[in-house]
Amino acid sequence: MTAQPLNVQLGQPKTDAFLSVRDLRVHFPTGDGLVKSVDGLSFDVDRGEILGIVGESGSGKSVTSQAILGLHKGSRARITGEIWLDGTELVGASEDDMRSLRGDKMAMIFQDPLSSMHPFYRVGDQITEAYRVHNDVSKAAAKKRAIEMLDRVGIPNPEKRFSDYPHQFSGGMRQRAMIAMALVCDPKLLIADEPTTALDVTVQAQILDLMKDLQKEFNSAIILITHDLGVVAETCDNVVVMYGGQCVETGSVDEIFYQPEMPYAWGLLGSMPRLDRQRQERLQPIAGQPPSLIRVPKGCVFNPRCRFQDKVAEGLCVTEHPDLLPTGTSPTHSVRCHINPDERRRIWADEIKPGL
Amino acid sequence: MSMPTTSPQGANDVAVNPLEDTEALLRVNGVTKHFPIKQGIVFQRQVGAVRAVDGVSFSVRAGETLGLVGESGCGKSTTGRVVTKLLDPTGGEIIFNGENIAGYSRRQMRQVRSDIQMIFQDPYSSLNPRHTIGTIVGAPFRIQGAKTENGIKAEVQGLMERVGLNPEHYNRYPHEFSGGQRQRIGIARAVALRPKLIVCDEPVSALDVSIQAQVVNLLEDLQSEFGLAYIFVAHDLSVVRHIADRVAVMYLGKIMELTDRDSLYEAPLHPYTHSLMSAVPVPDPHKESKRERILLLGDLPSPINPPSGCVFHTRCPKYRSVLSESDQQRCRGEIPQLEEKTPGHLAACHFPEVRADIAAAEDTGVAGA
Repeated sequence: MTAQPLNVQLGQPKTDAFLSVRDLRVHFPTGDGLVKSVDGLSFDVDRGEILGIVGESGSGKSVTSQAILGLHKGSRARITGEIWLDGTELVGASEDDMRSLRGDKMAMIFQDPLSSMHPFYRVGDQITEAYRVHNDVSKAAAKKRAIEMLDRVGIPNPEKRFSDYPHQFSGGMRQRAMIAMALVCDPKLLIADEPTTALDVTVQAQILDLMKDLQKEFNSAIILITHDLGVVAETCDNVVVMYGGQCVETGSVDEIFYQPEMPYAWGLLGSMPRLDRQRQERLQPIAGQPPSLIRVPKGCVFNPRCRFQDKVAEGLCVTEHPDLLPTGTSPTHSVRCHINPDERRRIWADEIKPGL
Repeated sequence: MSMPTTSPQGANDVAVNPLEDTEALLRVNGVTKHFPIKQGIVFQRQVGAVRAVDGVSFSVRAGETLGLVGESGCGKSTTGRVVTKLLDPTGGEIIFNGENIAGYSRRQMRQVRSDIQMIFQDPYSSLNPRHTIGTIVGAPFRIQGAKTENGIKAEVQGLMERVGLNPEHYNRYPHEFSGGQRQRIGIARAVALRPKLIVCDEPVSALDVSIQAQVVNLLEDLQSEFGLAYIFVAHDLSVVRHIADRVAVMYLGKIMELTDRDSLYEAPLHPYTHSLMSAVPVPDPHKESKRERILLLGDLPSPINPPSGCVFHTRCPKYRSVLSESDQQRCRGEIPQLEEKTPGHLAACHFPEVRADIAAAEDTGVAGA
């Protein structure tokens, strides 16, 4: 019983999803070789959905979000594949086209708000600039809108804070100001790249709540990039697990947390200490280190660290690159792994889950 | 004042008040560290102080791990540095192995330093980029004039192997290693002289999740092999639940709660601990959707001008919504002392309350997968 690979028809978005990424590849030619940061990534996001992209350093998640916003244009990056945003193709779009889309149709929140905001300009001015680039309004009207957004994101005293500089805000407040700046033009797509990693856990909780509220209010599509599985469990509807520049498993949040089928996903779940569990004797780390993106391992990119290769016949794991295939249990759940699906489910139920 | 009525499951057989534990390896008593703020061009007058650590007391026994948790600006890293005397305390006592080292000069500290070591948070800035690994890990032997059986190089290579590094990389430089490997180098350096106590200042925060687990396991193995005591400073409550025996929760330079690990996670008393724990996301979507989040309003107050009375009262959810006016006055006017509310469980709060549902522990029956 073999599953059919996902049909990738280039030149036409496969579904009517709001954002559709198709076979995206982002390669950087460097002195050491070609760095394949993203190597064949496909996913969809709808309005009103929060998609979590999970991965560790070097998995390609930030490069993906930057590619969607067209931030690699003009650099030496080689980008192939397609990105469809509400009917517009982005990889082939010009810088001028991208500029009119950025801020208006799609916006981004970065990890470190202190280095992402301009230190010399007042916060209010930075927000009104974003608004006036896309809307032909007076300064006064823009200021009113900016103050309204600052209030909406929960910054007390917004009229006064409008005139403050970024360094006068605390970390959590700065991140809220960044969210205000990103949302001022009501973008339909919001990409949040590790928005709470630099924040304390209590502030993180406030920011995530805010994002969920705003998403309900504006029905935006949100891509949340993070390495924190707890954050994913708390906020996301669907998940893409990235490793070595590729998606290795994707599905709804319930499928990924309760029925994962890829050894890397098992490894991630097993290696995290949990707040809600009695202490286990030892954490179960994933042996080895994240792969080099220049000398990408042959076959399955996870094979050097996978301890289940003996379950696969004929050493396929090192010779053949597995496709991302539906698991058969659900139309939304797909996995990139050579292990037979029944065997995977058995391993999860008998060996991995009891140990978590 | 509501008194907790349940005692934690699996409590220590004899719960000793850590503040009075005379057998402890390290006892910290009322330690303060204030950083002066000076003004004036010719004559620098002190006009105020950043009260980074404002009266902290705890103890650590040989071979145990004390977790020191809190958010940015609570003073936990500063406390770690004061204990190792990288910073001199402004006041208080640090009693290590029976001697008060708080006032020790650098020369006097030399002898103590082979017993107290530190592992730093940033694996990139804590190693001298111009020294080889052999030099870095061998430095403690040279500085302390320690005798070795087969020479320093053999000792260093043994240590490298013990922490999971290839001893053949003795002559490599830090930039040739990954973050996780550099942290192992820092660990090798710290255990070189078999210290009694190591202060670990957020040793895994800068590492990827899969590497964190490797380093945490390594730290635990070394602890049982060498009988080390750790002060594990961290903001990640999940890691601390795994590694610590006892935990102290800090806020704005003071300890809010201090108790053994199980009591803290299963029956926390202090409202700040409740908020902190409820904010930690758990990788379990069903549990997450059912959890109650206790949100703290507002920003952290400035440590230059901390609130009167209980420093937490300006953000305390209990103060805002539960207490009566006269109770609130008490919180504003009277500084709560860190004292035993139940045996072995200390809290600095006028109105502590047991909340067993927050960390959603398995055995409290919270619905899960």
